[in-house]
Amino acid sequence: MTLHAITVLGHDRPGIIAETTGKLAGLGLNLEDSTMTLLRGHFAMMLICAGEAPGADIEAALAPLSEDGRLTVSVREVPAGTAAAGISGTSWVLTVHGADRPGIVSRIVGELAAVGGNVTDLTTRLAGDLYLLVAEVDLPAGVDAAAVEAALAAAGTELGVGVTLRGAEADDL
Amino acid sequence: MSLHERLASWSEDELGVTGRVLDVVRAPAPVLSTVGADVDPTAQDVVQLAADLVATMRVSPGCVGLAAPQVGVSARVFCVDVSAHPKTQRHHGTFVLCNATVVEASRNEKSREGCMSVPDFTGDVKRATRLVVHGALPGTGESVTVEANAFEARALQHEIDHCAGLLFLDRAAGAHAIYARKTYL
Ligand SMILES: [Zn+2]
Repeated sequence: MTLHAITVLGHDRPGIIAETTGKLAGLGLNLEDSTMTLLRGHFAMMLICAGEAPGADIEAALAPLSEDGRLTVSVREVPAGTAAAGISGTSWVLTVHGADRPGIVSRIVGELAAVGGNVTDLTTRLAGDLYLLVAEVDLPAGVDAAAVEAALAAAGTELGVGVTLRGAEADDL
Repeated sequence: MSLHERLASWSEDELGVTGRVLDVVRAPAPVLSTVGADVDPTAQDVVQLAADLVATMRVSPGCVGLAAPQVGVSARVFCVDVSAHPKTQRHHGTFVLCNATVVEASRNEKSREGCMSVPDFTGDVKRATRLVVHGALPGTGESVTVEANAFEARALQHEIDHCAGLLFLDRAAGAHAIYARKTYL
């Protein structure tokens, strides 16, 4: 069983996902994980699929998608077993909002990286002058979350943005 | 859970001043991320602010609550009126609270929220559906402890957050819990 990472990027129109997944199903590939969004109106999809089809066959099957030059498709084999090992620790949701300026993401996530924190999901948005970042973060066991919060708050003050770090508690129903 | 009769019968007429409609500020205005100051609920400027908040809420379509930071005043005062909202169960009509704090909160539920100060986004936020809040009435300064549920509880937590310099964005349930408001042209 081989894993392939496939990205489809470019001009949005109805039917891109249907065409892509249809071709993959035709090759007997199974979707293991996928995400799709619009970035400033541009279609952006990433997925991992598993199956026996070689990369060249996947590329050939998806070639019609990029024929008109408005979509870019890439197919890369990824080694199995490279999924990040689940770290034991604590899960958090980080929110940053404020006036847009360069360097907010790098400054904020730098504070997390400094303590071995891992961002597992992140979205940023811009509406008018309001910049918003929401991220899900794992902190390794033993990290002083209050100290991380203080460091993030200091970075926020420096950048002129509000920063909140809250425990991502799950309610089991 | 019982309705607080005094609060339910309160109306802005008690304030004895005419409310002015103020401009609502939008994020990223720093006042929205600033912890509001405690107020003297009997002070004349606080009474006027209370009337202004109610007047501004009244002219804003769909508005169920407004906090002082949203009109540019960094103070712990807000108004609420969820009486016309479909998600409302019990409610106390229109009221204003000063220096309000959450005493008890339980039974969290996730629901989609918006805010006049964040017009471009909505977000999924987990809030208590059973709430006890303590605060003071503007004008008389009477101390009240109110039980609220469902949508009124959500509105109270949203406004109390504003007074603490927090937006619903700060309580996003996850990285994909904030949504752009759809505008179909
Ligand atoms: Zn609000």
